[in-house]
Amino acid sequence: MTLNLKLNGQTHQVEAEPGTPLLWVIRDELKLTGTKFGCGVASCGACTVHLDGEPVRSCQTFIEDVEDAEVTTIEVVDQNSVGAAVQAAWAELDVVQCGYCQSGQIMSAIGLLTENSKPTLEEIDDYMSGNACRCATYQRIRAAIVLASEKLEA
Amino acid sequence: MTLNTSRRGFLKGAAAASAVLLVGARPDGALAGGASQGAKLNPFVKINADGMVTAIVKHFEKGQGPATGLTTLIAEELGVSMEDIAYEFAPSDPGTYNNLLFGPVQGTGGSTALANSYMQYRQAGAAAREMLIQAAAKEWGVKASTLDIVDGQVTDGTNQAPLAQFVAAASQLSAPENPRLKEPSEFRLIGNAKVQRKDTPPKINGTAKYAMDLHLDNQMVAVILRSPRKGALVTGFNDADATGIKGYIRSAVLPNKAGVAVYAEHTWAAFQAREALSVEWDNSNAEMRSSDQIREQLIAAVNADPTYELTETSAAKAQLSMDGAATVLEETFYFPLLAHAPMEPLTCTIEAAAEGGVILHDGCQFPTVPHGALSQILGLPMDKVQINTMFAGGSFGRRATPVADYQVEAALAFALTDRSRPVKLVWSREDDITGGFYRPAVAHRVRVGLNADGDIMGWDHRIAAQSIMKGTPFEAMAVHNGVDHSSVEGVTQSPYVIPQQHIGLTDVAPATTVLWWRSVGHTHTAYVMESMMDAAAKAAGRDPVEFRLSYLTGDGADQKRMADVLKLAAEKGNWGAAPEGRDQGIAVHKSFNSYVAEVVEISRDEDDYVKVEKVTCAVDCGVAVNPDVIKAQMEGGIGYGIGHVMRDEITLTEGVVDQSNFPDYEPMRIGDIGAIDVHIVASNEAPTGVGEPGTPPSAPALANAIAVSGPRVTALPMINNGVDFV
Ligand code: FES
Ligand code: FES
Repeated sequence: MTLNLKLNGQTHQVEAEPGTPLLWVIRDELKLTGTKFGCGVASCGACTVHLDGEPVRSCQTFIEDVEDAEVTTIEVVDQNSVGAAVQAAWAELDVVQCGYCQSGQIMSAIGLLTENSKPTLEEIDDYMSGNACRCATYQRIRAAIVLASEKLEA
Repeated sequence: MTLNTSRRGFLKGAAAASAVLLVGARPDGALAGGASQGAKLNPFVKINADGMVTAIVKHFEKGQGPATGLTTLIAEELGVSMEDIAYEFAPSDPGTYNNLLFGPVQGTGGSTALANSYMQYRQAGAAAREMLIQAAAKEWGVKASTLDIVDGQVTDGTNQAPLAQFVAAASQLSAPENPRLKEPSEFRLIGNAKVQRKDTPPKINGTAKYAMDLHLDNQMVAVILRSPRKGALVTGFNDADATGIKGYIRSAVLPNKAGVAVYAEHTWAAFQAREALSVEWDNSNAEMRSSDQIREQLIAAVNADPTYELTETSAAKAQLSMDGAATVLEETFYFPLLAHAPMEPLTCTIEAAAEGGVILHDGCQFPTVPHGALSQILGLPMDKVQINTMFAGGSFGRRATPVADYQVEAALAFALTDRSRPVKLVWSREDDITGGFYRPAVAHRVRVGLNADGDIMGWDHRIAAQSIMKGTPFEAMAVHNGVDHSSVEGVTQSPYVIPQQHIGLTDVAPATTVLWWRSVGHTHTAYVMESMMDAAAKAAGRDPVEFRLSYLTGDGADQKRMADVLKLAAEKGNWGAAPEGRDQGIAVHKSFNSYVAEVVEISRDEDDYVKVEKVTCAVDCGVAVNPDVIKAQMEGGIGYGIGHVMRDEITLTEGVVDQSNFPDYEPMRIGDIGAIDVHIVASNEAPTGVGEPGTPPSAPALANAIAVSGPRVTALPMINNGVDFV
């Protein structure tokens, strides 16, 4: 079927069968590959995108359920202040190793700081618990969220 | 040598735009470049006519930082800033880009990237620098010794000019044989903690391209339906239920009958079609053992006489020396199979190239192995197979197999087509967790005798393991007199000077494919050595740090470096002064020629659930080329080690893997580990590994912390053996 997908401020006509995960429409059809495939079962967070500003796992979000929503991916998050602050903190602290989980980490971190601009370390751990990093960059993720929060306050 | 010094002349004579200064090495290792480069030179450094400098990185980047490290070496010696140097990954060419520690093989692993490249890449940068300076000296009519390159400018202290001005002339010179390298006191970039990773920018905005991200025009996606049991063969399949799936193309049995290739227009259709396929298997040669049986076999083996004796001290002699011991400690350890589970599932793409050749696009760890495999399977000469190395989303050993397993699958799937369309092979997470190539299951049994003063009198150590190297092309290199070194490394060659130590090994045939896993044999040997040292200290009523140090005395560099990191970790980790309610454990281990000690601090809540609050780490890895990358590797190595001993194991039921995805092979999560504090020992020794050495001491340091007021955990994972985590 043909659907309208609002993604990163543009409306795209996409061809996809009902039940197709949003992840694969983004990656294979729109060829925006910053959003990653890690597990397909909502347990790693690599595929995290924003749906109307809220982080969701795109591997378990079905295309027919997002027709009226605004989808945002890693490629454009520098366009808002929270996204820019998070990316700047990530760069400053060199959080990445292999980097494969980091789009998802950044999308979740933006979600956290959007709803809670000064999270405690416990709140960070809690919110970020669905984003696995096999390279275990966790302490830099934690530090970068704190740094981004400071940047936003300044 | 005659040299045309007029710049005008060059513009006329040689197309200036195409002038490029390359410096690399000939197969005999000698530097080559400029006029001496020969017809085809694959360089380490390339400087374009416009002065753009590019480091050609011979190691792939799976997160451990060699792209930054090798680029730093070139930038340091050449005299450019890190901002003004780009990098690209090398093509497959084992003549030029071999790992100097592996022989004629291009590959990354064993924490060798910096160690083997350190002099080579510095020399290439230094040679390019001398050639540019020589060209500038000629043009300016001054002595080369009066010139320097600083921040990408050739300068005599007063005047300066960009590199671009001298590239054409320099490319007509021969590379110097022995360029002068900078003294450590002259380093601006090596050892500079402010140098940042070169691969950060694309990895935080979604533009970094991993093999999984490749989309070639007209590509097909192939997934493989593999047998759930090793050794089973396809006898037939039915795809009637798949034919209705939009985007499904067709399926075909792989020529080796190990599975069915399912082709589709895109990934989701391929996954769905595979689900819809039914396949019959011939299990007559399939592995039907369960992991419980493997475990029993391993435990039985460590309770019997070992097949291989590794020490002059016999078991009998070690036992005899324990006669009359005040205390004899005896423990049996069991380590389960483990998956690597790199974040990016395995994938690669093969496309047809000009003149009947192919290009493999891959996060390629060991280019030489798939290069040969593709050449063979596709019936192409080696020079018709190119490899385009892309970013890899982690590996931990998994992307380097002696048999190029997933690249072979891709080649078989490609060979079953008319080769007109690129074939992208994709693994799902389930394929990854169930797909074999695990850290082998291993058992150890150790008896340690202590005298009344708490000194070790004898140590009898038996190991039973599934050999990683036997039966692979690496056997000749890694197996001697029947002993697979990777089964025992870390018990053998330990810097501890232990009296009357016997070491024996027995192999047990693997029930599945096994593979090196971040730090290889040290994943279990460090755990056993450091658990036993701890138990012995405890039994002797001595401080675990002091006890260990008493076996690291003498003037040997090995002992001294190990003792120094132990002392540093103890000092920085406030050893012996844990905050109220916390327990500390310590461990130290040498691996990949690096020395790492770690203090793990844990808390327990009211239900006795354990939380890892803090890890303090001290590392001696020789010259610290990129200190912040080293810290990151220690942090990651610690997380990888601790994460797996907490919760993970792969088990088999009648040959079938019981786990399938992250919910039942649970990765460490952010809340599982608190702060990690890393200290690097200042050193002028040659640089050694950092990708793996952080891992070995982490698990035993945790086990030792748990043993302070809980059980000594001798079988893993911990959650199945009496420990709960918050
Ligand atoms: S791919 Fe969606 S959570 Fe893992
Ligand atoms: S950086 Fe590799 S998985 Fe997170």
